[in-house]
Amino acid sequence: MAAPLTLLLVVAVTIRAALFRSSLAELIADRVEVVSPISAWKRVIEGLALLDLGVSPYSGDVFHETPLIIYLFHFVVDYAEITFMLADVITAVALYIAVKDVFLLFQSRKQKFALEADRYPMDCLELMRSPTEMYYIPLKVAMFYLLNPFTILSCVAKSTCGLNNAVFSLFFLTTIKGNMLLSAIFLCLATYQSIYPLTLCAPAMLYLMQRQYVPVNVRRASFWWFVAQYLFMYLGSLFVLVGLSFFLLGSWDYLPSVYGFILSVPDLTPNIGLFWYFFAEMFEHFRLFFLCVFQINVFFYTLPLSIKLKDHPVFLIFMQLAVISIFKSYPTVGDIALYMAFLPVWSHLHRFLRNIFLVSCVLLACSALFPVLWHLWIYAGSANSNFYYAITLLFNVAQILLVSDYFYAFLRREHHLTYGLYLKRKDGSEATLVLK
Amino acid sequence: MGLLSDPTRRRALISLLTRLNAPICVVCYMAGVAWFMGLAFEPFTLRTYMSENAMGSTMVEERFPAGERALATGREFSAHKKRVGGMPVDWLVKTMQARGLEVFTQRFSRTLPFPDEDKERYMVKGTNVYGILRAPRAPRTEALVLSAPCSPGDHNNQAVGLLLGLASYFRNQIFWAKDIIFLVNEHDLIGMQAWLEGYHHTNTTGMDWSPLQGRAGSIQAALSLELSSDVVTSLDLILEGLNGQLPNLDLANLFYAFCQKIGVLCTIQGKLQRNDWDSVSGYSHAVQTMMLMVLKQASGRPWGDHGLFLRYHIEAATVRGINSFRPYKTDCTTVGRLLEGMYRKLNNLLERLHQSYFFYLMPSLSHFVSIGYYMPAFGLLAAILLLRALDLWVQLSAAPQRDEDGVTDVEQTAPGVLSILTPLVISHLTGAALYSLPVRFQDVAVEHFPVSETEAVVLTAIAIYTAGLALPHNTQRLLSGEGTEQGWKVLKLLALLYLAVLLGCTALINFSLGFILALSLVPVAAFVTPHIPKLLSAVVLVLLSPACTLLFAVFFFHELQETPVSFHEGWLLYLSVISQGILDHCLYGSLLFPLAALLLYPCWLLFWNILFWK
Repeated sequence: MAAPLTLLLVVAVTIRAALFRSSLAELIADRVEVVSPISAWKRVIEGLALLDLGVSPYSGDVFHETPLIIYLFHFVVDYAEITFMLADVITAVALYIAVKDVFLLFQSRKQKFALEADRYPMDCLELMRSPTEMYYIPLKVAMFYLLNPFTILSCVAKSTCGLNNAVFSLFFLTTIKGNMLLSAIFLCLATYQSIYPLTLCAPAMLYLMQRQYVPVNVRRASFWWFVAQYLFMYLGSLFVLVGLSFFLLGSWDYLPSVYGFILSVPDLTPNIGLFWYFFAEMFEHFRLFFLCVFQINVFFYTLPLSIKLKDHPVFLIFMQLAVISIFKSYPTVGDIALYMAFLPVWSHLHRFLRNIFLVSCVLLACSALFPVLWHLWIYAGSANSNFYYAITLLFNVAQILLVSDYFYAFLRREHHLTYGLYLKRKDGSEATLVLK
Repeated sequence: MGLLSDPTRRRALISLLTRLNAPICVVCYMAGVAWFMGLAFEPFTLRTYMSENAMGSTMVEERFPAGERALATGREFSAHKKRVGGMPVDWLVKTMQARGLEVFTQRFSRTLPFPDEDKERYMVKGTNVYGILRAPRAPRTEALVLSAPCSPGDHNNQAVGLLLGLASYFRNQIFWAKDIIFLVNEHDLIGMQAWLEGYHHTNTTGMDWSPLQGRAGSIQAALSLELSSDVVTSLDLILEGLNGQLPNLDLANLFYAFCQKIGVLCTIQGKLQRNDWDSVSGYSHAVQTMMLMVLKQASGRPWGDHGLFLRYHIEAATVRGINSFRPYKTDCTTVGRLLEGMYRKLNNLLERLHQSYFFYLMPSLSHFVSIGYYMPAFGLLAAILLLRALDLWVQLSAAPQRDEDGVTDVEQTAPGVLSILTPLVISHLTGAALYSLPVRFQDVAVEHFPVSETEAVVLTAIAIYTAGLALPHNTQRLLSGEGTEQGWKVLKLLALLYLAVLLGCTALINFSLGFILALSLVPVAAFVTPHIPKLLSAVVLVLLSPACTLLFAVFFFHELQETPVSFHEGWLLYLSVISQGILDHCLYGSLLFPLAALLLYPCWLLFWNILFWK
């Protein structure tokens, strides 16, 4: 399996290198869909210039990345292109290995199921995946990430989103491998980068508990002991990172400039998210209230989803990622690419998906319409922001439909696994499942 | 959301859509065409009205007296032009200075990628002369432009004369709140491009020009003037700019309002307005006017010197004087008064023209169709593509359920990826060749064949286009072997969605182009399968391909202009239209040629490929 992966990596790197050399790179780097005020490479360069001049990079309200990023690029700024390609490769390889491990685990568990086969109705066998099907899925995941146009655009624009994705994928890998400390450290790094991955704490803990056979039961002391251990490692490393940033810069400037910027959304440059138009239109005195409402959206779904999906932490991670990338304050296409990479993992849900055709049509059309409407609004001056926001809205509705569709399909498969695939009513006629 | 989650209702709707797919598609197509034809019917259109308050309620009095003197200046200009054999730069500078303007010149040069046989130019060198009348009443942050091209021969001398006359008259008025730039540009659009690029410090097309020495504020509006006779019977307003962009409708309204006030005959597309909308001939007149606008807009080329202003977010139009055999004539003084009135209203603007519509079609100068009315016509055509795609999707997703074996499924789709990717890649490579080769290999072609450069470019383009018809389906058979039934369905599904997105985006930027392409490509996309009679459908497919659509459009355009051409003339025109299209792309950045070569043609090739699917 290494050979196809290598081939894939070579192809992906070639595409990126070719695009870096072409005149398109500059065009892509200016697209608001691809870079956000946080992740724009232009702003990183500005921050570096300020740092070199001995001024705090956060003075002047241009640079909003974290101190670690700027110190990273302080050393590798000449190799920025390679760094970003490397980040994509790391993400893809980490996802590849992690997904492979997930399936090994599935298989071992399936053997366990085979032992107690009487628990499952016979007709559910077709819901199980055959090993041949599973064999290609890790490769497909890597392919979905590396060859996704969204990822390519994001990489060519040198959006720091690619680095965040790499950190996330390392977190995912270490969690799947069951390494508690590294998982906590990488999760903390991801949180440090953009706050929102905070919500991934829950699935990570659930997964590790499952792996170490700790019962997920709030009445058990072992459960709380485990949570305390994980949170201690997580908060400890967060403390170290924050302290390190302080000592690197010698000031707390970065806290309001990075996290304040993410949470209070002062920059209303249009992007593919839901915030900008809403807050540009709003009266100032409602701002705080709606800010809270919008931001709580990201964190709100964690608890119910964790309770519902407590036996399926990997799916929970996927759901959380999607929720983050839809509701975060400065989303870019790179964030979307990350959760889309997980779609092949759920290929066994395809028979239960209902709106996939509609959703993929809408996503496709919206992706093409973004630059068109931007052109009409900004350059031609014949359209206005409402046109662009309409497409943003449609794009996000499609994403939400996609995610809820997968969620529904997942639950439905679980239901069929317990009650049999061909449901009968009490009178013997065929029953249908209705989501209400 | 009930529809999205209730399985019974979904199933009912989907089965309805798949069972009645063909009839619904036919109905949609007819309805789309009927809707479009209905747009020209006067009761369905809106009357134009002035939206901009700053131009609407204020009264201005036009007093321009010096039409005769302007004509004399024009004759002087003509004499100097003849003597110098081009643009009389020194005379223009001197005359403008004498009229109290700040005068500057700009030199530019440009070598065309291949000779332009229509206008007989290859290595273009020229000078723009412009004078700025500084606004006496305001801080000079905004400007208006009045331009007149210095054309070869006897054309446009009166326009330059009137421009200079207006300049000396405007100089003595005290109410100007915006700088007024009087521009005489050489080599029509090339000079205009150089001047605009110089003014805005951009360089998008790699032209050489000397930087501008004097600038005024940000330009709010511009008019380009074309007058070739001492008296005119009517004034024609030209709106279509680069890539089908139109100025704000208020500019047209302003022109119309002043024509009404002063009593000048005004036309659009060279067609007078008629009042008998309820008669057949009146309706067909309106349809002709609208179709001319649609064809001109679809061509994506600037139809007057104003066309390039629109790219810089400046509302601009060309006013062209027409002298026909009508007995009632308008003299130069009246035209001058009309322009004076328009500039005084524009002078009152407090912000850029933005109140009125940017997306419209005009069946006459007094009526327009806005985007909300014409988009459904396109939407009905685009819906066909989505319906066909839905139908295919249902077929494709129903297929695996019949054979209940998971393993064979995977094996069926695995080679599918290659057999679908191959035509996609090949057709796009053909498109890329069509885009880049004609201009690049003109030298080689000229060496080996007895043709001129221009002919070489056009004929190479046509040759690549035709060769593309033979290439893709052969190579596809070669590479991936037997195509499956599912293979072509997946390919067609992709091609349908591709076309739908492509046409949708095109229609948003340039409705006319999107609609014309939809008219010809949607039937092809809807009916093509490998199981229909090959020869007949191949002929239909070729007839409805983008290149043939262009050929028909050329004939249709001349038919509408009431200058029908014979087939041979039409063919020559067709060749020159292609060369002009490529030139427009190289010179001004018109997007029609790359759109056609890189996206439309490959997309059409996919359908061609499906027809010959083995």
